Amino acid sequence: MYNDKESQKIVDIIQNYARKHSLFILAYGTGCGAIEIPPTMTSRYDAERFGIRGSATPRQADVLLITGYLATKSLKRVIKVYEQMQDPKYVIGFGSCTINGGMYWDSYNTINVLDKYLPVDVYINGCMPRPEAVIAGFVKLQKLIQQGKADGWDIYKKNIDEYKANQKKIITNWVMPDFNF
Amino acid sequence: MEGIGYKILGAVLTTILAFVVGMFYGGFSRKITARIQNRVGPPVWQNFLDVLKLLFKKTSVRYGFMHHIAPLWMISMSITTLMFVPVLNDGLFFTNLNFSGDIIFLLYIMVMGSLGMALGAGSTGNPNSAIGVSRGLTQMVGFEIPWVMALVALMIQYKTTSVTGLMEVQSQSGTWLMFSSPFAFIAALLAMPGMFRYSPFDIVGAPSELASGPISEFGGKYLSTMMTSGSIFAFVKLTLYVDIFMGGASNLIVLVLKTFTLYMYPVLWGTVSARFRTEQSVRYFWGWPTFFGFIALIYAAF
Repeated sequence: MYNDKESQKIVDIIQNYARKHSLFILAYGTGCGAIEIPPTMTSRYDAERFGIRGSATPRQADVLLITGYLATKSLKRVIKVYEQMQDPKYVIGFGSCTINGGMYWDSYNTINVLDKYLPVDVYINGCMPRPEAVIAGFVKLQKLIQQGKADGWDIYKKNIDEYKANQKKIITNWVMPDFNF
Repeated sequence: MEGIGYKILGAVLTTILAFVVGMFYGGFSRKITARIQNRVGPPVWQNFLDVLKLLFKKTSVRYGFMHHIAPLWMISMSITTLMFVPVLNDGLFFTNLNFSGDIIFLLYIMVMGSLGMALGAGSTGNPNSAIGVSRGLTQMVGFEIPWVMALVALMIQYKTTSVTGLMEVQSQSGTWLMFSSPFAFIAALLAMPGMFRYSPFDIVGAPSELASGPISEFGGKYLSTMMTSGSIFAFVKLTLYVDIFMGGASNLIVLVLKTFTLYMYPVLWGTVSARFRTEQSVRYFWGWPTFFGFIALIYAAF
């Protein structure tokens, strides 16, 4: 009776419903996109009605919000933060810079494609994306969670060697442990 | 034998009631805060979803024994405190384990949960946790003094050391203690926001300042246990205030009305005020609340 496919399905539905409606976000706000987070969370656009809530530490967070470009120096910190988060965890790439580098595409010290280094679940397009676009991105993430397709954390675990090789190509002075889990 | 069965059933029912009511109070406070800030706000059952989601999260953090024990310690202390607070005046299920002298016992057991949290946060080694714990203990020194003074004044005035004794005094005289000994009520009421840790007394878990303070290394199942414990404990504190000062409650609807009215006072104060610094908070508690505590003691003694 237990652990068969039917009861697992019911558990999955309850799990995904709870995960979908309670997203604690950790905004990594070093890029210029961080300026769009306060209007998204406060009175005018009010992301809390979707159950989206700011969280202060990576241990409690579900969503890592990367707001804009990442310098090679800050990539190291992002990897550390991402690996400190507890499964299941999701990454939202925010702005054009995380997709293809945006206006910093030929800069010597920023990364261009975030997906090479961390598994991104949802991209939000724009430079900057308006709060409406941010909320649309969150709703898209909620849909993916409901369908069970937001499994970037699982992909990261399965392809850990590939991701680590990519990360070490960028970060030349790797002075931290290989895994920060 | 039947008596024991009723007691166990009553304990289980009380715990479930405290959990559900406390969770809904948290949800209502979030909703009311949102409406005051001209937002729509989350649904009132949002806290249940948060707890459920945190239960489904995986946990791969190990900081040693005390880190595991701290949430369990907190929830067991909350439920223990709940067991010694009579929820209704004369119900079959909700009277629980009262004995003469339980006010003194409650004064001690109510800080045990915070102690467990302090030990657990200390073992994680996060500097934010350490600062949060030291702030919390400092603030506790602040609000415990007027609170204890108020309770001691009541114990002297009515010559009883049990919560049920104070409730009997109120039901016999027909007036609530908040009217028959007003200074103790004022002191206890002014000390109350410190227990609930809403603004301006949210210096312990200051979100943007300390990264949520003592709980900053607790995630997943640990945090969900802590949230459960916190909501049970909020219900316990409110029920204790209602029992002592507002004549208890004869049925659950009256209880919910009275506790909710009382709960709105720290919440609404919190929505319109900014955060204190630690020494400002302590200075507040050692000012007017302690003054009214002294007046209450003098009023009780003479």
